[in-house]
Amino acid sequence: MFRNVAELVEMATTRNLPISEIMIEQEMNVTGRTRAEILAQMETNLQVMEQAVERGLNGVVSHSGLTGGDAVLLQEYIKKGQFLSGEIILDAVSKAVATNEVNAAMGMICATPTAGSAGVVPGTLFAVKNKLNPTREQMIAFLFNSGAFGFVVANNASISGAAGGCQAEVGSAAGMAAAAIVEMAGGTPEQSAHAMAITLKNMLGLVCDPVAGLVEVPCVKRNAMGAANAMIAADMALAGIKSRIPCDEVIDSMYRIGQAMPTALKETARGGLAATPTGRRLEAEIFGSEAAANK
Amino acid sequence: MKYKSVFDIIGPVMIGPSSSHTAGAARIGRVARNLFEREPKWVNIHFYGSFAETYKGHGTDVAIIGGILDFDTFDERIKASLEIAEQHGIQVKFHIEEAIPEHPNTAKIHLGDEKGEMELVGISIGGGKIEITELNGFKLKLSGHHPAILVVHNDRFGAIAKVANVLAKYEINIGHMEVSRKEKGKLALMTIEVDQNIEEAILKELEQLDSIEKVTTIVE
Repeated sequence: MFRNVAELVEMATTRNLPISEIMIEQEMNVTGRTRAEILAQMETNLQVMEQAVERGLNGVVSHSGLTGGDAVLLQEYIKKGQFLSGEIILDAVSKAVATNEVNAAMGMICATPTAGSAGVVPGTLFAVKNKLNPTREQMIAFLFNSGAFGFVVANNASISGAAGGCQAEVGSAAGMAAAAIVEMAGGTPEQSAHAMAITLKNMLGLVCDPVAGLVEVPCVKRNAMGAANAMIAADMALAGIKSRIPCDEVIDSMYRIGQAMPTALKETARGGLAATPTGRRLEAEIFGSEAAANK
Repeated sequence: MKYKSVFDIIGPVMIGPSSSHTAGAARIGRVARNLFEREPKWVNIHFYGSFAETYKGHGTDVAIIGGILDFDTFDERIKASLEIAEQHGIQVKFHIEEAIPEHPNTAKIHLGDEKGEMELVGISIGGGKIEITELNGFKLKLSGHHPAILVVHNDRFGAIAKVANVLAKYEINIGHMEVSRKEKGKLALMTIEVDQNIEEAILKELEQLDSIEKVTTIVE
């Protein structure tokens, strides 16, 4: 069993296997289930992700009315062809937003690694799919690769906003996505680790400050930027750029930053954007002024 | 290692919006239902930490009641669980606690009916993964992801061996086990995680052993 990214990369490199394959083998060993059963469960998760993206791209609105419809706006904007950044990046952003808009509307999603950060991994997957034309097996491998990196973060740091802030949720998701993009694009296990490290470094310190305690503002847009961050970091790693700080040490610093973060900024809706005048006003409008006054 | 499966990370499939505050809460509720073995008549939910601050926004209240109604994390009925509970005649009360818990996402469920009651404390540690940390005042650590047998027994020598013997006879492998007691020589609780669901007849056999007071189970 791999305990950290260094061991994971070492196992994959010495055996000349992709990281996704190491994750599948470990799952077989830990659970005693067959390869076919494990792949079938991941296929089910992939289908849930596809349906969520599709639903979001058709336009949803949350119960509170705070979020919804932005995925549609972006797709319309891409179609006009006047965008400045890049089509795949904007497609990834739009699909990440689509997933989180569905999540905010209490629709069905697959947590990757959490529900609040569920957009990043599928958003990037379904965007790079159009460029790399992967097989269904390669799309499933994408999820096992990202799962392997998420597994290390979850066990050595945290994937909970209440415990580690948004860096632990969207930060982890973005790092996982970057690593998986690298594998799908033909990069090495080591490059996957660098992509994860570069992404997570740029998410360090991100707080969890949901307005009205809803997984909407700023969560949906944080997934958007998580997806963009993952795409750029993957390209940087594929270009041969390395993280000076090893991936495991970045993960460890994320954990320590999460420990040092005040509770007001860890999913309590007492600080950050939740505590702005507009954040408080929205909260009062949604739950009534009594709830906001009690904070 | 707290997380053992890739599906703890890529998963669960669930109704939004929060894996810890919605899916995790639903799982805590469902373990409570599972252990109580029937639908309760009344439920008191106490929220601590981040659960107390943001339960409304995350739908933690509907999720935990959904779990108590035996709904899975992806069951669309979760959204209407408070209405469904009312239709079933279940009295539901939520309490917002100020006390600072050990873990930021903590819920205490106190439920019962005319035949009995039960109190359980659960924490939601991220990504939908949970741990049950207390049952009727006994400290324990239970993931709820594996089948498990919970045995209330008299805190005396030999009780554990008797239970282990029965499990060995039926070739049931123990994955994790712990024993907890409130006071020496009084009641104690064995928490035994196993690899497969346990048949009713085996539970009955365990219950008839000397020193064993009560046996409940969590099925996968």
